[in-house]
Amino acid sequence: MTMTHNVNAHSDNRVTFARRNLWSGILFGLGFVAFLDETLFHQLLHWHKFYDKSTVAVGLISDGLFHAFSWFATVGGLFLVADLRRRDALWHKLWWGGKLLGGGAFQLYDGTIQHKLMRIHQIRYNVDILPYDLIWNISAAIMIVVGIGLIASAKRDKRVENGAFSNA
Amino acid sequence: MHDAHFPLPDLLFGIPALLAIGIYIGAVLITNRRGRLRKWPWLRMVSFVAGVFFAAVALIGPLARQSHTDFTAHMAGHLLLGMLAPLLVALAAPMTLILRTINVHLARKLSRLLQSSFVGFFTHPIVAAVLNIGGLWLLYTTDLYATMHSNFLLHIIVHVHVFLAGYLFTISLVYIDPIFHRFSYTYRTVVFIVALAGHGILSKFIYAYPPAGVPVEQARVGAMLMYYGGDAVDLLLIFILFKHWYQSVRPRKLVSMSGKAV
Repeated sequence: MTMTHNVNAHSDNRVTFARRNLWSGILFGLGFVAFLDETLFHQLLHWHKFYDKSTVAVGLISDGLFHAFSWFATVGGLFLVADLRRRDALWHKLWWGGKLLGGGAFQLYDGTIQHKLMRIHQIRYNVDILPYDLIWNISAAIMIVVGIGLIASAKRDKRVENGAFSNA
Repeated sequence: MHDAHFPLPDLLFGIPALLAIGIYIGAVLITNRRGRLRKWPWLRMVSFVAGVFFAAVALIGPLARQSHTDFTAHMAGHLLLGMLAPLLVALAAPMTLILRTINVHLARKLSRLLQSSFVGFFTHPIVAAVLNIGGLWLLYTTDLYATMHSNFLLHIIVHVHVFLAGYLFTISLVYIDPIFHRFSYTYRTVVFIVALAGHGILSKFIYAYPPAGVPVEQARVGAMLMYYGGDAVDLLLIFILFKHWYQSVRPRKLVSMSGKAV
């Protein structure tokens, strides 16, 4: 009896805080991709440059804003996870959907607008850049598609669940 | 050579630093003896001493001397003086300590002063951010940086400003001491993001366009130190801000269910 009650409460909580699950995932995904970009491509591989002479002015501003925002997104996204957990409302599928969507969207923005249009830096220097750009942006697109798929699937689960309860 | 005398800036900054530490520890010892007050957390005392120490490291001693000729050393000092020291001092809650040390009559007067629109103006997040980040833009993108090294008075003013602006910025974002003009978490977060972006953009600007008289190599290392060092200190500040936010929206029901509520 109490068990059913807890399961019901958990799925109710998840539905109540569905938006928060989604946004927590999106924020953490964005922050996580920005963090990987910084550690992997700037610090470890030294492929990315700290500053590229061909950067346009608006590129410097965009880079600065996103870099600052990514710190807040990472820390804020994780505090939201803690908040969802203490409310027994963490919805893993929706959260991962949000994470892939947020991470993929940022990677696509970085790979197209920031790298190509604003020319803040290239993925790597002194190589044929095309395969790098393709892998970068296609992997971003895959993340977005899988992310949207997971979000849609989570919403379907919710509808099925609601249907089951209304029949009972 | 006998080198017993201290140069003027060492005395000018060193004596107030020692006084500040002495007064803080004295106030803690005095108020801890009053039975009706809680014991002052020792971590706050450690935080205060460390904060003043880091500020002093930037102003006197070998790092300060090296920073006259070396931009990287200057930037290391700037991170300590303008970011880490203000954060550590703010975490030590000096205003709370003052209020509990002085008598009620004086404390009332002080809290009226804290409520004044004058204090409210300077602790406004946007004003504090402009004083802090705007001041840095002024310092590194005009001739101010070069002039500062030949003008003693200007040197003192700039360094005092860097610390005070850093302190105002910190206390305008995270509320540890009593603050009477308060802003929502969302408001403070948005201002903070823009301010951190301004700091990062300035770092890359310095990398691309070194201030007058600074060799390119030094400017580049200094700019990267500013960028990543600023990130590191601001990460602490973001964590504290969001931790307060997280605690402020604690669900009441769950607390009462676990039996901890009053």
